[in-house]
Amino acid sequence: MQPMTVNGIRIDDTFAEAFGMRATALVITAPSASWARQAAVTMTGFGTSVIGCGCEAGIDRELAAHETPDGRPGMRVLLFAVSTGELQKQLQTRVGQCVLTSPGSACYAGLDGAEMLKLGDALRYFGDGWQVAKRLGPRRYWRIPVMDGEFVCEARTGLTKQAVGGGNIIVMGASAQTTLAAAEAAVEAMRGVPDVIMPFPGGIARSGSKVGSKYKGANASTNDAYCPTLKGAVDSALDPDIAAVLEIVIDGLTREAIADAMRAGIAAILALGPERGALRIGAGNYGGKLGSHHFHLKDLLP
Amino acid sequence: MSALVFTLHAAPAQRLDLAPLVPERLAGMNETAIARIELQTTRERLCAGDVFKIAMGDAAQIRFDGGSERFDRVGCGMSKGEILVEGDVGLQAGRLMGGGRLSIAGNAGPWAASGMKAGTIEIAGNVGERLGGPLAGETAGMRGGVVIVRGNVGARAGDKMRRGMMVVEGDAGPYAGSRMIAGTLVVRGRSGVQPGYLMARGTLILMQGNGALSPTFADCGTHEFVANALMAECVRAYSADTAALLRRPWRRFIGDLAAAGRGEIFLPPA
Repeated sequence: MQPMTVNGIRIDDTFAEAFGMRATALVITAPSASWARQAAVTMTGFGTSVIGCGCEAGIDRELAAHETPDGRPGMRVLLFAVSTGELQKQLQTRVGQCVLTSPGSACYAGLDGAEMLKLGDALRYFGDGWQVAKRLGPRRYWRIPVMDGEFVCEARTGLTKQAVGGGNIIVMGASAQTTLAAAEAAVEAMRGVPDVIMPFPGGIARSGSKVGSKYKGANASTNDAYCPTLKGAVDSALDPDIAAVLEIVIDGLTREAIADAMRAGIAAILALGPERGALRIGAGNYGGKLGSHHFHLKDLLP
Repeated sequence: MSALVFTLHAAPAQRLDLAPLVPERLAGMNETAIARIELQTTRERLCAGDVFKIAMGDAAQIRFDGGSERFDRVGCGMSKGEILVEGDVGLQAGRLMGGGRLSIAGNAGPWAASGMKAGTIEIAGNVGERLGGPLAGETAGMRGGVVIVRGNVGARAGDKMRRGMMVVEGDAGPYAGSRMIAGTLVVRGRSGVQPGYLMARGTLILMQGNGALSPTFADCGTHEFVANALMAECVRAYSADTAALLRRPWRRFIGDLAAAGRGEIFLPPA
Protein backbone atom coordinates (compact mmCIF):
# COMPACT_ATOMS: atom_id res chain seq x y z
CA MET A 1 0.00 0.00 0.00
CA GLN A 2 1.57 3.25 -1.15
CA PRO A 3 0.06 5.97 1.04
CA MET A 4 -0.85 9.29 -0.47
CA THR A 5 -0.19 12.46 1.49
CA VAL A 6 -2.59 15.38 1.94
CA ASN A 7 -1.60 18.41 4.01
CA GLY A 8 1.31 16.43 5.47
CA ILE A 9 -0.96 13.58 6.61
CA ARG A 10 -0.59 10.09 5.11
CA ILE A 11 -3.78 8.42 3.91
CA ASP A 12 -3.77 4.64 3.55
CA ASP A 13 -5.02 3.17 0.29
CA THR A 14 -7.58 1.07 2.10
CA PHE A 15 -11.26 0.93 2.94
CA ALA A 16 -13.67 0.66 5.86
CA GLU A 17 -15.75 -2.48 5.75
CA ALA A 18 -19.29 -2.10 7.06
CA PHE A 19 -22.36 -4.27 7.52
CA GLY A 20 -26.08 -4.03 6.94
CA MET A 21 -28.04 -3.47 10.15
CA ARG A 22 -31.58 -2.81 11.42
CA ALA A 23 -32.13 0.60 12.95
CA THR A 24 -34.77 2.81 14.48
CA ALA A 25 -34.94 6.37 15.74
CA LEU A 26 -36.72 8.08 18.63
CA VAL A 27 -37.46 11.62 19.66
CA ILE A 28 -37.23 12.13 23.41
CA THR A 29 -38.61 15.36 24.87
CA ALA A 30 -38.57 16.82 28.37
CA PRO A 31 -39.40 20.09 30.16
CA SER A 32 -35.83 21.29 29.54
CA ALA A 33 -33.05 20.51 27.07
CA SER A 34 -30.87 19.22 29.89
CA TRP A 35 -33.47 16.66 31.00
CA ALA A 36 -34.08 15.58 27.42
CA ARG A 37 -30.32 15.05 27.11
CA GLN A 38 -30.23 13.18 30.42
CA ALA A 39 -32.91 10.73 29.27
CA ALA A 40 -31.17 10.27 25.91
CA VAL A 41 -27.74 9.74 27.48
CA THR A 42 -29.15 7.22 29.95
CA MET A 43 -31.00 5.18 27.34
CA THR A 44 -28.03 5.09 24.97
CA GLY A 45 -25.61 4.13 27.72
CA PHE A 46 -23.86 0.75 27.44
CA GLY A 47 -24.69 0.78 23.75
CA THR A 48 -21.24 0.81 22.17
CA SER A 49 -21.12 -2.49 20.33
CA VAL A 50 -23.62 -5.17 19.37
CA ILE A 51 -21.07 -7.76 20.51
CA GLY A 52 -21.61 -7.08 24.19
CA CYS A 53 -24.45 -4.58 24.47
CA GLY A 54 -27.16 -5.98 22.21
CA CYS A 55 -27.37 -2.77 20.27
CA GLU A 56 -25.38 0.29 19.31
CA ALA A 57 -27.05 3.50 20.36
CA GLY A 58 -26.30 7.18 20.41
CA ILE A 59 -27.61 10.70 20.10
CA ASP A 60 -28.08 11.94 16.54
CA ARG A 61 -28.81 15.55 17.37
CA GLU A 62 -30.50 18.01 19.68
CA LEU A 63 -33.95 19.25 18.60
CA ALA A 64 -35.28 22.73 19.26
CA ALA A 65 -38.72 23.03 20.84
CA HIS A 66 -40.37 23.88 17.52
CA GLU A 67 -39.03 20.68 15.92
CA THR A 68 -40.66 18.24 18.37
CA PRO A 69 -44.25 16.92 18.41
CA ASP A 70 -45.11 18.44 21.81
CA GLY A 71 -43.22 21.73 21.45
CA ARG A 72 -40.67 20.96 24.17
CA PRO A 73 -36.87 20.60 23.80
CA GLY A 74 -35.82 17.17 22.60
CA MET A 75 -33.13 14.80 21.41
CA ARG A 76 -33.13 12.41 18.47
CA VAL A 77 -31.66 9.04 19.34
CA LEU A 78 -30.69 6.19 16.97
CA LEU A 79 -30.53 2.48 17.81
CA PHE A 80 -28.85 -0.19 15.68
CA ALA A 81 -29.01 -3.97 16.04
CA VAL A 82 -28.31 -7.05 13.97
CA SER A 83 -31.90 -8.32 13.88
CA THR A 84 -35.41 -6.88 14.11
CA GLY A 85 -36.14 -9.03 17.15
CA GLU A 86 -33.09 -7.83 19.06
CA LEU A 87 -33.81 -4.22 18.09
CA GLN A 88 -37.38 -4.53 19.42
CA LYS A 89 -36.11 -6.03 22.67
CA GLN A 90 -33.46 -3.36 23.18
CA LEU A 91 -35.90 -0.59 22.28
CA GLN A 92 -38.51 -1.55 24.80
CA THR A 93 -36.16 -2.37 27.67
CA ARG A 94 -34.12 0.80 27.19
CA VAL A 95 -37.14 3.12 26.81
CA GLY A 96 -38.91 1.34 29.67
CA GLN A 97 -35.98 1.58 32.07
CA CYS A 98 -34.39 4.86 31.02
CA VAL A 99 -36.95 7.16 29.35
CA LEU A 100 -40.17 6.21 31.15
CA THR A 101 -38.28 6.71 34.41
CA SER A 102 -36.78 10.10 33.52
CA PRO A 103 -38.65 13.12 35.01
CA GLY A 104 -41.06 14.87 32.63
CA SER A 105 -40.06 12.78 29.62
CA ALA A 106 -42.11 11.88 26.54
CA CYS A 107 -41.10 9.65 23.66
CA TYR A 108 -42.06 9.74 19.98
CA ALA A 109 -41.22 8.01 16.71
CA GLY A 110 -38.08 9.44 15.15
CA LEU A 111 -38.41 7.59 11.88
CA ASP A 112 -41.22 6.73 9.48
CA GLY A 113 -41.09 3.37 7.81
CA ALA A 114 -43.08 0.74 6.01
CA GLU A 115 -42.31 -1.55 8.93
CA MET A 116 -42.80 -0.50 12.50
CA LEU A 117 -41.55 -1.46 15.96
CA LYS A 118 -43.67 -1.37 19.10
CA LEU A 119 -42.91 1.57 21.34
CA GLY A 120 -45.83 2.63 23.55
CA ASP A 121 -47.65 -0.50 22.43
CA ALA A 122 -45.06 -2.49 24.40
CA LEU A 123 -44.86 -0.17 27.42
CA ARG A 124 -48.51 0.66 27.98
CA TYR A 125 -49.06 -2.22 30.39
CA PHE A 126 -47.10 -0.27 32.97
CA GLY A 127 -50.30 1.78 33.30
CA ASP A 128 -52.02 -1.19 34.96
CA GLY A 129 -55.30 -0.44 33.24
CA TRP A 130 -55.15 3.34 33.71
CA GLN A 131 -53.29 3.91 30.43
CA VAL A 132 -55.29 5.62 27.71
CA ALA A 133 -54.67 5.75 23.97
CA LYS A 134 -55.15 8.95 22.02
CA ARG A 135 -55.19 8.92 18.25
CA LEU A 136 -54.50 12.30 16.67
CA GLY A 137 -54.46 12.35 12.88
CA PRO A 138 -52.36 9.43 11.66
CA ARG A 139 -50.49 9.00 14.94
CA ARG A 140 -51.46 7.08 18.05
CA TYR A 141 -50.13 7.82 21.50
CA TRP A 142 -50.30 6.12 24.86
CA ARG A 143 -50.71 8.17 28.02
CA ILE A 144 -49.41 6.26 31.00
CA PRO A 145 -50.02 7.75 34.45
CA VAL A 146 -46.75 8.17 36.41
CA MET A 147 -45.85 9.92 39.64
CA ASP A 148 -45.06 13.33 38.05
CA GLY A 149 -48.02 13.32 35.67
CA GLU A 150 -48.26 11.30 32.49
CA PHE A 151 -45.68 9.54 30.32
CA VAL A 152 -46.76 10.16 26.73
CA CYS A 153 -45.34 7.64 24.30
CA GLU A 154 -46.12 7.15 20.62
CA ALA A 155 -47.54 3.68 19.92
CA ARG A 156 -44.99 2.70 17.29
CA THR A 157 -41.83 3.88 15.60
CA GLY A 158 -40.33 3.15 12.19
CA LEU A 159 -37.77 0.47 11.37
CA THR A 160 -35.23 0.65 8.57
CA LYS A 161 -33.43 -2.31 7.06
CA GLN A 162 -31.19 -0.04 5.00
CA ALA A 163 -29.01 0.95 7.98
CA VAL A 164 -25.27 0.40 7.93
CA GLY A 165 -23.03 -0.25 10.91
CA GLY A 166 -19.27 -0.34 11.26
CA GLY A 167 -18.12 2.54 9.10
CA ASN A 168 -14.82 3.67 10.60
CA ILE A 169 -11.60 5.57 10.36
CA ILE A 170 -8.36 4.84 12.22
CA VAL A 171 -6.47 7.88 13.44
CA MET A 172 -2.72 7.50 13.98
CA GLY A 173 -0.44 10.11 15.51
CA ALA A 174 2.91 10.88 17.13
CA SER A 175 1.54 10.96 20.67
CA ALA A 176 -1.58 9.98 22.58
CA GLN A 177 -2.33 13.67 23.07
CA THR A 178 -2.18 14.76 19.41
CA THR A 179 -3.97 11.62 18.23
CA LEU A 180 -6.81 12.26 20.65
CA ALA A 181 -7.01 15.88 19.51
CA ALA A 182 -7.36 14.72 15.89
CA ALA A 183 -9.99 12.12 16.78
CA GLU A 184 -11.95 14.67 18.82
CA ALA A 185 -11.92 17.10 15.90
CA ALA A 186 -13.17 14.36 13.60
CA VAL A 187 -16.01 13.33 15.95
CA GLU A 188 -17.04 16.96 16.37
CA ALA A 189 -17.30 17.31 12.59
CA MET A 190 -19.19 14.00 12.24
CA ARG A 191 -21.76 15.12 14.83
CA GLY A 192 -22.87 17.75 12.34
CA VAL A 193 -23.89 15.02 9.87
CA PRO A 194 -27.52 13.89 10.27
CA ASP A 195 -28.59 10.24 10.68
CA VAL A 196 -25.30 8.93 12.13
CA ILE A 197 -24.03 8.02 15.58
CA MET A 198 -20.55 7.31 16.87
CA PRO A 199 -21.43 4.76 19.57
CA PHE A 200 -18.16 4.53 21.49
CA PRO A 201 -17.27 6.77 24.47
CA GLY A 202 -17.19 10.33 23.16
CA GLY A 203 -17.36 8.74 19.72
CA ILE A 204 -13.86 7.24 20.06
CA ALA A 205 -12.62 3.66 20.62
CA ARG A 206 -9.08 3.01 21.78
CA SER A 207 -9.30 -0.78 21.91
CA GLY A 208 -9.79 -1.80 18.31
CA SER A 209 -10.12 -5.56 17.95
CA LYS A 210 -9.17 -8.25 15.51
CA VAL A 211 -11.18 -11.39 14.80
CA GLY A 212 -10.02 -14.42 16.81
CA SER A 213 -7.85 -15.01 19.84
CA LYS A 214 -5.22 -17.42 21.09
CA TYR A 215 -7.67 -18.30 23.88
CA LYS A 216 -10.56 -20.65 23.35
CA GLY A 217 -13.97 -19.02 23.73
CA ALA A 218 -12.87 -15.48 22.88
CA ASN A 219 -13.88 -14.54 19.34
CA ALA A 220 -12.20 -11.15 19.36
CA SER A 221 -8.99 -9.83 20.89
CA THR A 222 -6.75 -6.80 20.84
CA ASN A 223 -5.64 -5.61 17.41
CA ASP A 224 -1.92 -6.17 18.08
CA ALA A 225 -0.91 -4.93 14.63
CA TYR A 226 -2.08 -1.46 15.72
CA CYS A 227 -0.76 -1.52 19.31
CA PRO A 228 2.18 0.92 19.46
CA THR A 229 3.79 -0.76 22.46
CA LEU A 230 4.14 -4.02 20.51
CA LYS A 231 5.53 -2.35 17.38
CA GLY A 232 8.78 -4.33 17.31
CA ALA A 233 7.42 -7.65 18.50
CA VAL A 234 4.49 -8.28 16.12
CA ASP A 235 3.79 -7.91 12.41
CA SER A 236 2.92 -4.27 13.05
CA ALA A 237 0.90 -2.02 10.76
CA LEU A 238 2.49 1.03 12.37
CA ASP A 239 5.35 3.18 11.12
CA PRO A 240 8.21 4.18 13.43
CA ASP A 241 6.73 7.67 13.97
CA ILE A 242 3.33 6.44 15.19
CA ALA A 243 2.89 6.24 18.95
CA ALA A 244 -0.90 6.15 19.40
CA VAL A 245 -3.94 4.89 17.48
CA LEU A 246 -7.65 5.65 17.95
CA GLU A 247 -10.65 4.42 15.99
CA ILE A 248 -13.93 6.17 15.25
CA VAL A 249 -16.80 3.81 14.49
CA ILE A 250 -19.86 5.18 12.67
CA ASP A 251 -23.36 3.72 12.33
CA GLY A 252 -25.76 5.39 9.92
CA LEU A 253 -29.37 5.08 8.81
CA THR A 254 -28.10 4.99 5.22
CA ARG A 255 -24.85 4.23 3.42
CA GLU A 256 -24.71 7.85 2.22
CA ALA A 257 -24.91 9.18 5.79
CA ILE A 258 -21.85 7.14 6.75
CA ALA A 259 -19.91 8.29 3.70
CA ASP A 260 -20.78 11.91 4.57
CA ALA A 261 -19.66 11.43 8.17
CA MET A 262 -16.36 9.81 7.16
CA ARG A 263 -15.76 12.60 4.68
CA ALA A 264 -16.44 15.26 7.34
CA GLY A 265 -14.19 13.51 9.86
CA ILE A 266 -11.28 13.10 7.44
CA ALA A 267 -11.60 16.75 6.38
CA ALA A 268 -11.43 17.86 10.03
CA ILE A 269 -8.29 15.79 10.68
CA LEU A 270 -6.61 17.11 7.53
CA ALA A 271 -7.54 20.66 8.51
CA LEU A 272 -5.98 20.23 11.95
CA GLY A 273 -2.68 19.22 10.33
CA PRO A 274 0.13 16.85 11.41
CA GLU A 275 1.71 19.13 14.04
CA ARG A 276 -1.30 19.34 16.36
CA GLY A 277 -3.15 16.24 15.16
CA ALA A 278 -2.68 12.98 13.30
CA LEU A 279 0.15 11.80 11.03
CA ARG A 280 -1.79 9.10 9.27
CA ILE A 281 -5.39 8.00 8.58
CA GLY A 282 -6.38 4.39 7.98
CA ALA A 283 -9.54 2.29 8.07
CA GLY A 284 -10.52 -1.10 9.43
CA ASN A 285 -11.59 -4.04 7.30
CA TYR A 286 -11.61 -7.82 7.26
CA GLY A 287 -10.29 -8.25 3.73
CA GLY A 288 -13.57 -7.21 2.20
CA LYS A 289 -15.32 -10.58 2.37
CA LEU A 290 -17.48 -10.11 5.47
CA GLY A 291 -19.17 -6.75 5.00
CA SER A 292 -21.32 -5.69 2.10
CA HIS A 293 -20.36 -2.01 2.27
CA HIS A 294 -16.86 -0.78 1.43
CA PHE A 295 -15.89 2.85 1.99
CA HIS A 296 -12.58 3.62 0.28
CA LEU A 297 -10.66 6.47 1.90
CA LYS A 298 -9.44 7.79 -1.44
CA ASP A 299 -13.09 8.42 -2.45
CA LEU A 300 -13.78 10.39 0.72
CA LEU A 301 -11.06 13.01 0.58
CA PRO A 302 -12.21 16.61 0.67
CA MET B 1 -60.07 24.20 -13.61
CA SER B 2 -62.83 26.05 -11.76
CA ALA B 3 -65.41 24.47 -9.50
CA LEU B 4 -68.57 22.67 -10.55
CA VAL B 5 -71.27 25.08 -9.33
CA PHE B 6 -74.89 24.34 -8.43
CA THR B 7 -76.84 27.60 -8.15
CA LEU B 8 -80.18 27.31 -6.37
CA HIS B 9 -83.13 28.54 -8.51
CA ALA B 10 -85.59 29.03 -5.65
CA ALA B 11 -86.31 27.57 -2.22
CA PRO B 12 -86.96 23.85 -2.83
CA ALA B 13 -90.58 22.68 -2.60
CA GLN B 14 -89.63 19.50 -0.70
CA ARG B 15 -86.68 18.18 1.31
CA LEU B 16 -83.82 17.18 -0.98
CA ASP B 17 -81.48 14.23 -0.72
CA LEU B 18 -78.19 15.69 -1.98
CA ALA B 19 -76.10 12.58 -1.25
CA PRO B 20 -75.65 11.82 -4.99
CA LEU B 21 -73.93 15.16 -5.61
CA VAL B 22 -70.47 14.19 -4.32
CA PRO B 23 -67.16 14.42 -6.23
CA GLU B 24 -66.60 10.70 -6.83
CA ARG B 25 -70.13 10.27 -8.20
CA LEU B 26 -70.00 13.29 -10.53
CA ALA B 27 -66.50 12.68 -11.90
CA GLY B 28 -66.65 12.14 -15.64
CA MET B 29 -70.38 12.93 -15.97
CA ASN B 30 -71.63 15.51 -18.47
CA GLU B 31 -74.11 18.27 -17.68
CA THR B 32 -77.16 16.38 -19.03
CA ALA B 33 -76.39 13.35 -16.93
CA ILE B 34 -75.87 15.44 -13.80
CA ALA B 35 -79.12 17.36 -14.45
CA ARG B 36 -80.99 14.03 -14.51
CA ILE B 37 -79.85 12.88 -11.06
CA GLU B 38 -82.92 12.47 -8.83
CA LEU B 39 -82.89 14.33 -5.52
CA GLN B 40 -86.50 13.99 -4.32
CA THR B 41 -87.53 12.67 -0.92
CA THR B 42 -91.27 12.49 -1.68
CA ARG B 43 -93.29 10.81 -4.42
CA GLU B 44 -92.83 13.89 -6.59
CA ARG B 45 -89.81 13.46 -8.84
CA LEU B 46 -87.25 16.24 -8.66
CA CYS B 47 -83.92 16.24 -10.53
CA ALA B 48 -80.74 18.26 -10.04
CA GLY B 49 -81.53 20.25 -13.19
CA ASP B 50 -84.94 21.26 -11.78
CA VAL B 51 -83.47 22.66 -8.58
CA PHE B 52 -80.14 24.07 -9.68
CA LYS B 53 -78.56 25.93 -12.53
CA ILE B 54 -75.47 23.84 -13.24
CA ALA B 55 -72.15 25.41 -14.28
CA MET B 56 -69.78 22.63 -15.29
CA GLY B 57 -66.31 22.51 -13.83
CA ASP B 58 -63.97 20.24 -11.91
CA ALA B 59 -66.12 17.67 -10.12
CA ALA B 60 -63.45 17.36 -7.42
CA GLN B 61 -64.49 20.84 -6.32
CA ILE B 62 -68.23 21.27 -5.92
CA ARG B 63 -69.90 24.50 -4.84
CA PHE B 64 -73.52 25.13 -3.93
CA ASP B 65 -74.43 28.79 -4.38
CA GLY B 66 -77.27 29.22 -1.92
CA GLY B 67 -78.41 26.75 0.67
CA SER B 68 -81.52 25.71 2.49
CA GLU B 69 -82.56 24.02 5.69
CA ARG B 70 -84.05 21.44 3.24
CA PHE B 71 -80.62 20.45 1.84
CA ASP B 72 -80.34 17.02 3.48
CA ARG B 73 -77.35 14.63 3.33
CA VAL B 74 -74.96 17.07 1.67
CA GLY B 75 -71.59 15.35 1.16
CA CYS B 76 -72.99 12.12 2.58
CA GLY B 77 -70.45 9.35 2.01
CA MET B 78 -68.00 11.57 0.13
CA SER B 79 -64.48 10.16 0.10
CA LYS B 80 -62.42 12.79 -1.71
CA GLY B 81 -62.47 16.28 -3.17
CA GLU B 82 -64.17 19.30 -1.75
CA ILE B 83 -67.75 20.53 -1.30
CA LEU B 84 -68.53 24.11 -0.33
CA VAL B 85 -72.08 25.22 0.54
CA GLU B 86 -72.69 28.97 0.53
CA GLY B 87 -75.71 28.70 2.80
CA ASP B 88 -77.52 26.44 5.25
CA VAL B 89 -77.92 22.67 5.08
CA GLY B 90 -80.39 20.23 6.60
CA LEU B 91 -79.82 16.97 8.42
CA GLN B 92 -76.96 14.48 8.16
CA ALA B 93 -74.46 16.74 6.38
CA GLY B 94 -71.24 14.79 5.81
CA ARG B 95 -72.72 11.60 7.24
CA LEU B 96 -70.38 8.59 6.81
CA MET B 97 -67.83 10.82 5.12
CA GLY B 98 -64.62 8.92 4.31
CA GLY B 99 -62.33 11.72 3.13
CA GLY B 100 -62.11 15.13 1.50
CA ARG B 101 -63.37 18.42 2.83
CA LEU B 102 -66.90 19.72 3.41
CA SER B 103 -67.36 23.42 4.20
CA ILE B 104 -70.70 24.91 5.13
CA ALA B 105 -70.96 28.68 5.32
CA GLY B 106 -74.31 28.66 7.12
CA ASN B 107 -76.02 26.46 9.72
CA ALA B 108 -76.40 22.67 9.69
CA GLY B 109 -79.21 20.51 11.00
CA PRO B 110 -79.08 17.46 13.26
CA TRP B 111 -76.72 14.50 12.76
CA ALA B 112 -74.09 16.49 10.92
CA ALA B 113 -70.90 14.39 10.58
CA SER B 114 -72.91 11.36 11.72
CA GLY B 115 -70.67 8.27 11.67
CA MET B 116 -67.96 10.20 9.85
CA LYS B 117 -64.80 8.15 9.20
CA ALA B 118 -62.19 10.57 7.84
CA GLY B 119 -61.75 13.98 6.22
CA THR B 120 -62.63 17.45 7.46
CA ILE B 121 -65.95 19.22 8.00
CA GLU B 122 -66.07 22.90 8.78
CA ILE B 123 -69.39 24.55 9.68
CA ALA B 124 -69.39 28.32 10.06
CA GLY B 125 -72.78 28.58 11.74
CA ASN B 126 -74.68 26.56 14.32
CA VAL B 127 -75.45 22.84 14.27
CA GLY B 128 -78.49 20.93 15.48
CA GLU B 129 -78.44 18.06 17.91
CA ARG B 130 -76.31 14.90 17.85
CA LEU B 131 -73.32 16.25 15.96
CA GLY B 132 -71.41 13.17 14.77
CA GLY B 133 -73.91 10.89 16.47
CA PRO B 134 -75.18 7.54 15.24
CA LEU B 135 -78.63 6.97 13.81
CA ALA B 136 -80.96 4.71 15.78
CA GLY B 137 -79.58 1.19 15.89
CA GLU B 138 -76.00 2.07 14.99
CA THR B 139 -73.35 1.18 17.54
CA ALA B 140 -70.95 4.10 17.06
CA GLY B 141 -71.03 7.73 15.99
CA MET B 142 -68.07 9.60 14.54
CA ARG B 143 -65.12 7.25 13.85
CA GLY B 144 -62.41 9.61 12.59
CA GLY B 145 -61.59 12.89 10.91
CA VAL B 146 -61.93 16.45 12.11
CA VAL B 147 -65.08 18.56 12.64
CA ILE B 148 -64.89 22.28 13.34
CA VAL B 149 -68.02 24.23 14.28
CA ARG B 150 -67.62 27.99 14.59
CA GLY B 151 -71.04 28.47 16.18
CA ASN B 152 -73.04 26.53 18.78
CA VAL B 153 -74.11 22.89 18.78
CA GLY B 154 -77.30 21.27 20.06
CA ALA B 155 -77.78 18.45 22.53
CA ARG B 156 -75.65 15.30 22.62
CA ALA B 157 -72.77 16.52 20.43
CA GLY B 158 -70.31 13.66 20.01
CA ASP B 159 -72.84 11.03 21.02
CA LYS B 160 -71.22 7.56 20.89
CA MET B 161 -68.11 9.09 19.30
CA ARG B 162 -65.43 6.49 18.69
CA ARG B 163 -62.41 8.38 17.32
CA GLY B 164 -61.46 11.72 15.76
CA MET B 165 -61.49 15.35 16.81
CA MET B 166 -64.43 17.74 17.21
CA VAL B 167 -63.94 21.41 18.02
CA VAL B 168 -66.93 23.61 18.87
CA GLU B 169 -65.99 27.28 19.12
CA GLY B 170 -69.37 28.30 20.56
CA ASP B 171 -71.51 26.67 23.24
CA ALA B 172 -72.71 23.08 23.46
CA GLY B 173 -76.16 21.89 24.50
CA PRO B 174 -76.90 19.36 27.24
CA TYR B 175 -75.25 15.92 27.33
CA ALA B 176 -72.20 16.86 25.23
CA GLY B 177 -70.07 13.76 24.68
CA SER B 178 -72.82 11.44 25.86
CA ARG B 179 -71.97 7.73 25.63
CA MET B 180 -68.56 8.59 24.14
CA ILE B 181 -66.50 5.50 23.30
CA ALA B 182 -63.28 7.45 22.60
CA GLY B 183 -62.06 10.49 20.67
CA THR B 184 -61.78 14.16 21.54
CA LEU B 185 -64.45 16.87 21.84
CA VAL B 186 -63.39 20.44 22.61
CA VAL B 187 -66.00 23.08 23.50
CA ARG B 188 -64.68 26.64 23.61
CA GLY B 189 -67.84 28.08 25.12
CA ARG B 190 -70.08 26.75 27.89
CA SER B 191 -71.68 23.36 27.80
CA GLY B 192 -75.11 22.34 29.03
CA VAL B 193 -75.99 19.97 31.86
CA GLN B 194 -74.56 16.48 32.33
CA PRO B 195 -71.63 16.55 29.91
CA GLY B 196 -70.01 13.16 29.27
CA TYR B 197 -73.18 11.35 30.32
CA LEU B 198 -72.26 7.63 30.45
CA MET B 199 -69.01 8.15 28.55
CA ALA B 200 -66.72 5.10 28.55
CA ARG B 201 -63.44 6.59 27.33
CA GLY B 202 -62.39 9.68 25.40
CA THR B 203 -61.66 13.30 26.19
CA LEU B 204 -64.08 16.16 26.70
CA ILE B 205 -62.57 19.63 27.11
CA LEU B 206 -65.09 22.22 28.30
CA MET B 207 -63.15 25.46 28.27
CA GLN B 208 -65.73 27.65 29.95
CA GLY B 209 -67.15 25.08 32.27
CA ASN B 210 -70.56 23.50 32.22
CA GLY B 211 -74.03 23.52 33.74
CA ALA B 212 -73.87 20.62 36.14
CA LEU B 213 -71.35 17.77 36.20
CA SER B 214 -72.63 14.39 37.26
CA PRO B 215 -71.31 13.18 40.65
CA THR B 216 -70.07 10.12 38.79
CA PHE B 217 -67.00 12.11 37.66
CA ALA B 218 -64.04 12.07 40.05
CA ASP B 219 -61.98 15.25 40.52
CA CYS B 220 -58.30 14.49 39.83
CA GLY B 221 -56.95 18.01 40.29
CA THR B 222 -55.37 20.62 38.03
CA HIS B 223 -52.36 19.64 35.91
CA GLU B 224 -50.41 20.45 32.80
CA PHE B 225 -50.71 17.66 30.23
CA VAL B 226 -48.16 16.84 27.53
CA ALA B 227 -50.98 15.06 25.69
CA ASN B 228 -52.88 18.36 25.50
CA ALA B 229 -49.91 19.91 23.69
CA LEU B 230 -50.22 17.12 21.10
CA MET B 231 -53.95 17.84 20.79
CA ALA B 232 -53.17 21.55 20.42
CA GLU B 233 -50.77 20.78 17.59
CA CYS B 234 -53.51 18.74 15.91
CA VAL B 235 -56.09 21.56 16.28
CA ARG B 236 -53.81 24.52 15.47
CA ALA B 237 -54.41 24.51 11.71
CA TYR B 238 -58.19 24.76 12.24
CA SER B 239 -58.54 26.88 15.34
CA ALA B 240 -55.40 28.66 16.56
CA ASP B 241 -57.03 30.23 19.65
CA THR B 242 -58.32 26.86 20.81
CA ALA B 243 -54.83 25.41 20.41
CA ALA B 244 -53.31 28.14 22.56
CA LEU B 245 -55.91 27.57 25.31
CA LEU B 246 -55.35 23.80 25.25
CA ARG B 247 -51.76 24.23 26.38
CA ARG B 248 -52.86 25.73 29.71
CA PRO B 249 -53.32 23.65 32.87
CA TRP B 250 -56.75 22.01 33.13
CA ARG B 251 -58.70 20.37 35.94
CA ARG B 252 -59.22 16.72 35.18
CA PHE B 253 -62.28 14.66 36.07
CA ILE B 254 -62.32 10.92 35.39
CA GLY B 255 -65.62 9.25 34.50
CA ASP B 256 -68.33 8.45 33.81
CA LEU B 257 -67.98 6.05 36.74
CA ALA B 258 -71.56 4.95 36.08
CA ALA B 259 -70.14 3.42 32.86
CA ALA B 260 -66.60 2.13 32.06
CA GLY B 261 -65.17 5.24 33.73
CA ARG B 262 -62.00 5.61 31.68
CA GLY B 263 -63.00 8.89 30.08
CA GLU B 264 -61.97 12.36 31.14
CA ILE B 265 -63.49 15.84 31.28
CA PHE B 266 -61.19 18.85 31.46
CA LEU B 267 -62.64 21.95 33.13
CA PRO B 268 -61.05 25.32 33.91
CA PRO B 269 -58.97 25.30 37.12
CA ALA B 270 -61.13 25.99 40.17
